[in-house]
Amino acid sequence: MDGNGPVIPNFGQGDACVTGDHTFCWGWVRDHWSDTLGPALWQHVELTAVAVGIGFAIAFPLALLAHRFRKLEQPLGAFSALLYTIPSIALFQLLVPFTGITWTTVEIALVAYTLVILFPNVVAGLRSAPPDVVEAAEGMGLTRLQVLLRIELPLALPAIVAGLRIAVVSTISIGTIAAFLLPKGLGYPIFVALGNPIPFKTEIYAAGGLAVGLALLCDAGLVVLRWALAPWTRLARA
Amino acid sequence: MSSAAEIVFDRVTKRYPGRDEAAVDDLSLEIPAGAFCVLVGPSGGGKTTALKMVNRLIPFDSGEIRIDGRDIRTLPLTELRRGIGYVIQQVGLFPHMTVGDNVATVPRLLRWSKRRTSERVIELLELVGLEAADAKRYPSQLSGGQRQRVGLARALAADPPLLLMDEPFGALDPITRHRLQTELRRLHRDVGKTVIFVTHDIDEAIQMGDRIAILREGGVLAQYATPDALLADPVDDFVAQFIGGDRALRRLALRTLDELPLRPGESGPRVAPETTVRNAVSLLLELKADALTVADGDRVLGSFRLADASELL
Amino acid sequence: MIVAGAFGDAFRFIADNPGFLATKALDQVELSAAALAIALALALPLGIVLGHLHRGSSIAIGSSIVGRALPSLVLIGVFLTFLGIGFVNNMVALAVLGTGPVLTNSYEAVDGVERDVVEAARGMGMTHLQILRRVELPLALPLLFTGIRVAAVTIVATAPVASVAGGGGLGDIIVNQASYRLSGVLAASLCVMALSTAVFVGLAGLQAAVTPRGLRRTTVARTPLRKEQL
Ligand SMILES: Nc1ncnc2c1ncn2[C@@H]1O[C@H](COP(=O)(O)OP(=O)(O)O)[C@@H](O)[C@H]1O
Ligand SMILES: [Mg+2]
Repeated sequence: MDGNGPVIPNFGQGDACVTGDHTFCWGWVRDHWSDTLGPALWQHVELTAVAVGIGFAIAFPLALLAHRFRKLEQPLGAFSALLYTIPSIALFQLLVPFTGITWTTVEIALVAYTLVILFPNVVAGLRSAPPDVVEAAEGMGLTRLQVLLRIELPLALPAIVAGLRIAVVSTISIGTIAAFLLPKGLGYPIFVALGNPIPFKTEIYAAGGLAVGLALLCDAGLVVLRWALAPWTRLARA
Repeated sequence: MSSAAEIVFDRVTKRYPGRDEAAVDDLSLEIPAGAFCVLVGPSGGGKTTALKMVNRLIPFDSGEIRIDGRDIRTLPLTELRRGIGYVIQQVGLFPHMTVGDNVATVPRLLRWSKRRTSERVIELLELVGLEAADAKRYPSQLSGGQRQRVGLARALAADPPLLLMDEPFGALDPITRHRLQTELRRLHRDVGKTVIFVTHDIDEAIQMGDRIAILREGGVLAQYATPDALLADPVDDFVAQFIGGDRALRRLALRTLDELPLRPGESGPRVAPETTVRNAVSLLLELKADALTVADGDRVLGSFRLADASELL
Repeated sequence: MIVAGAFGDAFRFIADNPGFLATKALDQVELSAAALAIALALALPLGIVLGHLHRGSSIAIGSSIVGRALPSLVLIGVFLTFLGIGFVNNMVALAVLGTGPVLTNSYEAVDGVERDVVEAARGMGMTHLQILRRVELPLALPLLFTGIRVAAVTIVATAPVASVAGGGGLGDIIVNQASYRLSGVLAASLCVMALSTAVFVGLAGLQAAVTPRGLRRTTVARTPLRKEQL
């Protein structure tokens, strides 16, 4: 193996816990945090942040357009639903002829998935303002733009955050599949551990635990964000 | 052919868990067979609770409810409910079934023959003012008033001796509501079932009921009387205030001229015998006349004077 | 040029090896079907019963959040350490993956049937079973079926990942570029994509066919927000 890849545990060389194929070896996790798990976690965070960031930057204006021009929603929605059915493992490979075996390839695929999740959620959110509320706002003399900014967008917040939650968690999950293409992210240690003649449990559990923990943490963070941004939804739990 | 049931509430009390105040408090009420009884009162007065105790959608804590002398808690639940028609404001039509299938639900549960069921469906749709062709439509294709008619037909399907109605017309526009109120009165006369009808609208109660039970907050029965007695003698300030003003005039609206002992002879402008006394008084004032002639077509029944109205009060 | 060439090679690979690809695809379908069957057998009755009783919303909602947070690769890896390499491990991992959407959607679907409608049915004297069979299930069908569809597509789409744990199927080709070259990998990827798209479209058609007529015009608009407000 080359120098910058993570260390593949060698059952002949590790400590007694590793060579004995014990369930979980804390010692290994400590020793390989800085060269394997830490970097993988950081790469995963970066991967997710970039994908969701770009995905949102595209999905949001697109959703505003679809909200304004309702005819666009059906085709955009159908296209995105179909895109979502393309398995990630296949999509990564199918992009290789275009962008090579690169970080960019992975990000393009992940952005596509976040887009597909965020777009319908933002549209549904913008639609969630009850017609009578919008009518009342218009009746008070608010312009189209004011209605959008003061009524529709705030009311859309819960749905937008809900979409972000799904997008972030899904991206973290799909991000592990990137390991099939590139030696990066939390999927890679698992991939490597599974490649051993005897699968290396500690590495699977540690990297898997980090991936699940990261996802749940981000999810909880977004719930808190919604509480902060849309306080009125705290009450409405009917 | 259809029968009616006598309903008795005997010291019934219901307290929801975690609430100090009772929802229905020691309620005793006798509703004779064939009566149209209206439960009326402010929101939160326990009307819905009282109604739903009858078909045991809500259990009660103490007391007894009897239908034709039988304690409802001794009857099997499904049998009890299949013998009671139930209509709610939101109607609750099954959106995945056609109008016909909705109406046929209980007959099918009771395993009526196909033929009997479909004949009954058509009969009922006509009874509630719909057409046989409407049977094939879906609830989403109907107006609010039409939906409520279907709800009524569905409740009447198995010819239950008792009909429970919870603000059935509350969500309708005034014109549709008025039309359905009138038709329900007619229907009640024709089919002669016992009806318990819940509303928060005292005018609707006075228009619809043979007897009215006023419930106040805390589920306490304030007064149980005929509309006329209620308007004539409200037992306390709460009832008087709830009923509102114009009581004398509203009592006059409950009677028509043909129900009165008229004076012999002809005097003044002619009016039809089904004119309410209230309208007759209004006409007298408007026309500055001393008397009205009550005539059915060409046949003169007698005459009416202002003093006759005050006699009634 | 390069792009066209790469896909040209891939299509040539498909044309040259139809039997091989079909066998691999069939392996994948078999694995997916077994996993879906288990997921349905476990989650469908549970979700429906909980929904009917309006109990355990936290289980249903929690399972959807946790379910989404569990990456397929992690599941396959973890189950492999218990069940060893092969069909059973992959089937169980994929079944777990499919359980979330089925459980959540069947719960939400039955729980979300309008209370007035159910009350009307109760008031008529229907038993629990009759209410479930005649009222709740028909009305829940569209959303419930959506859950099944999501689960099926998720399972089929994830099945290739199982190749890292001896799953067989088209994934074997994708992870083995050394033997099959880029043309083979791309060909297998195209087949994987076609397979899951076929499942998606096929089930969408089936869903339209089983949706009760009275619901077709109304329910579409109602469902999305409920789900997303979690
Ligand atoms: N399911 C329930 N749980 C707790 N309290 C309830 C419930 N239903 C009704 N109540 C309370 O019982 C009282 C009577 O309610 P209800 O019978 O609905 O009144 P009405 O129909 O006259 O408006 C109200 O104070 C109401 O808040
Ligand atoms: Mg009420």
